[in-house]
Amino acid sequence: MSNTIRIKRGLDIHLQGIAEKVVKVVELRQYAIKPEDFNGVFPKMLVSVGDKVKAGSSIFFDKYRENIKFSAPVSGTVTEIVRGEKRKLLEVRIESDEHDEYLDFGAAEPLNLSKEEITHKLLESGAWSLIKQRPYNIIANPEDNPKAIFISAFDSSPLAGDMDFMLEGKSQEFQKGLDALSKLTTGKINLNINEKKTNSQIFTLAKNVEINSFSGPHPAGNVGIQIHHICPINKGEIVWTIDPQAVVIIGRLFLEGRFNTEKIIALVGSEVIKPQYYKVKIGASIKNIIKDNVREGDVRFISGNVLTGRKIDKASYLSYYDNMISIIPEGHYQSFFGWLVPNPKKHSFYRTAFSWLTPNKSYRLDTNINGGERSFVVTGYLEKVLPMDIYPVHLLKAIMIEDIDKMENLGIYEVDEEDFALCEYISTSKINMQAIIRDGLDLIRKEMS
Amino acid sequence: MKPIRNILDAIKPHVQKDGKFHAFHSFYDAIETLFFVQDRVTSKGSHIRDGVDMKRTMFVVVIALMPALFFGMWNAGNMHFKSMGMEKELMENFWYGFLKILPIIIVSYAVGLGIEIAFAQKRGHEVNEGFFVSGMLIPLIVPVTTPLWMVAIAVAFAVIFGKEVFGGTGMNIMNPALLTRAFLFFAYPTFMSGDKVWIAEKADAFSGATPLAELTAGHPTGISVAEMFIGNYSGSFGETSTIAILIGAFILLYTGVASWKVMVSFFVGGLSMGLLLNGLSASFPANAYLALPAWQHLLIGGFAFGGVFMITDPVTASQTGTGKWIYGFLGGFIAIMVRVLNPAYPEGVMLAILLVNIFAPLIDYYVVESNIKRRLKRVKALS
Repeated sequence: MSNTIRIKRGLDIHLQGIAEKVVKVVELRQYAIKPEDFNGVFPKMLVSVGDKVKAGSSIFFDKYRENIKFSAPVSGTVTEIVRGEKRKLLEVRIESDEHDEYLDFGAAEPLNLSKEEITHKLLESGAWSLIKQRPYNIIANPEDNPKAIFISAFDSSPLAGDMDFMLEGKSQEFQKGLDALSKLTTGKINLNINEKKTNSQIFTLAKNVEINSFSGPHPAGNVGIQIHHICPINKGEIVWTIDPQAVVIIGRLFLEGRFNTEKIIALVGSEVIKPQYYKVKIGASIKNIIKDNVREGDVRFISGNVLTGRKIDKASYLSYYDNMISIIPEGHYQSFFGWLVPNPKKHSFYRTAFSWLTPNKSYRLDTNINGGERSFVVTGYLEKVLPMDIYPVHLLKAIMIEDIDKMENLGIYEVDEEDFALCEYISTSKINMQAIIRDGLDLIRKEMS
Repeated sequence: MKPIRNILDAIKPHVQKDGKFHAFHSFYDAIETLFFVQDRVTSKGSHIRDGVDMKRTMFVVVIALMPALFFGMWNAGNMHFKSMGMEKELMENFWYGFLKILPIIIVSYAVGLGIEIAFAQKRGHEVNEGFFVSGMLIPLIVPVTTPLWMVAIAVAFAVIFGKEVFGGTGMNIMNPALLTRAFLFFAYPTFMSGDKVWIAEKADAFSGATPLAELTAGHPTGISVAEMFIGNYSGSFGETSTIAILIGAFILLYTGVASWKVMVSFFVGGLSMGLLLNGLSASFPANAYLALPAWQHLLIGGFAFGGVFMITDPVTASQTGTGKWIYGFLGGFIAIMVRVLNPAYPEGVMLAILLVNIFAPLIDYYVVESNIKRRLKRVKALS
């Protein structure tokens, strides 16, 4: 923890509804795994409706990488397989039983196992799906030897839960998970903590890792930004990333021999009556979590944070990798001369509005676009919220014209959708930049394979 | 607000897809979004969005132009009555100028927005607010005596060939307002230079030459430094008052709408060329223009106006940070060079900015290339 890397460019958007540090346990019965949560995965079903599964039973796998399997988070019955247009698999729904049965994958000390043995255990249990790779932000390829593994120990996005709190009391599992991961790379495991916010010894005293300290506004907590500053990805290189709570799940696999996806999520946002933490498993239905805890009115449920999360239905399910559910008001209203009249309820990055005068105010922002879509006009601002040595507009335009060489040259391998979320937020042209970045990543992945 | 909403709602069905007046959909849309920010919500990507949109951004520029516009109105009256040897009250001068410029503003907006709306309709886009600004810039950079039909033709030329053929606002290479001015300058030179055009209904006996014209002819400017600052001399409508322009500059820089890098480097560029020419003046005593103190160059003619409102147009300027420094500096540097060294053009700002507009993508190209090289070097350093 020698030097702190200071991120200067970025933006913290203060919203109402930060979670109080209380963990609530509610009865959860309905679960679903949504293949859409996995970039570039083509699911092939292994179970059908009515099948009994245990926690850790494989329920589908990736058609193009057959060893990557996805497991049921709980024991119970497959109740429904939801398909969309062209029979696209949307959800595999599972209703849990009371038994809470787990498949036994065998407890083991990871430091005594070989890379192959660890990989095998992770693949069999479905826990491999928790390890992702850059570029492309897809599930890691077990055959690769990444040049490093990155873990961001703090989430800087709006209303994000406190990672110290979410991992409280799990130091043994976390360390076990790190031990297992350390066998998967010949490079380092970089555990990136926040200079001020990270106080838990789970992180600061973690072993078999290199601890780096970061400070500064969002997106300092984005693992992509951290990689860029410590160990940037060049063409052909691969870095793996994993979330701290996923490390805990992997740790449990080696401690208990079970795929136990229990984790803590934060329920946040201005429309939550009592924002707090919940103990859940991956894919849990949010129905009981939000029950009697949402304000009246037209609201949007988001799995994830308000910048990068996925819009979900009020009866839908927590997305695979998410650690939070955000609930904010919808913005279906017209505002008379809204572009002109100063509105204290709106937040802006720009000085043409007045919110910069009250930097510590918390806002109740809604989903109104606050304008119409235009071409790129204003320049020099996206750079201010993207702390990378990358020219965002040039990269975006290279993607829009599908110029592969240019995309490579301008740094496509280093970015992910989430890194452009703030750019998208502040865009006066209201351009959906995350979607453009995703298209670019998908295109280049297709070109490369 | 309710009555307006009701009227708009009454019209709406007629301009929608199957309506009788679908051809006016973009026009309707432009009006509707002017009154009401739409109720559209985010469908993908970030769920929340910044409160500022293109309209507000562009509107700030229009606000920043107001001091120059109001001063121009006063000055048009002032110069008119002065040429006849009269002194009038503030409001009388102002009213005179107001009546002179209003038709030009109306024609500029009507023609420009008309074309923009037509193209937006054709392309199925929303109307971009870019012409909000251009439409106001144009009246400020032409002589007050410019015939309306010329304004109309020039605006049409600039908007169609300067902007729409490239894909509309955001895609254009050259500043549309300056292109309008350049079109007028080359198509109707007698209406754009000389000593007759700058003052409306000028008495013949009074010399209406601009300070730059005087300088080109080898005379002194004929105005004091105070006048250069205040702007009560002849020139294009809104370009003369350095103070009014500085107020605009303050608004643009304070709100961050214009790039301070471009603005500062433009003035530094102009000053550098001016100093360089001052240095040469000893060797060429015949050319008195060379000896004009460099800082005075920044106060007269269209330099300040160009440096605050024209070169800073984000679409036609360089987009990279480093590029902005180079771009602005070159603009200012060349402006003074053309102004002093080319006797055919008394003013060089317009041509200089149009020239660097064309170079801006090239400047960016090299800046981006260096970023790419940096990235490639990283690979070599590792291996």
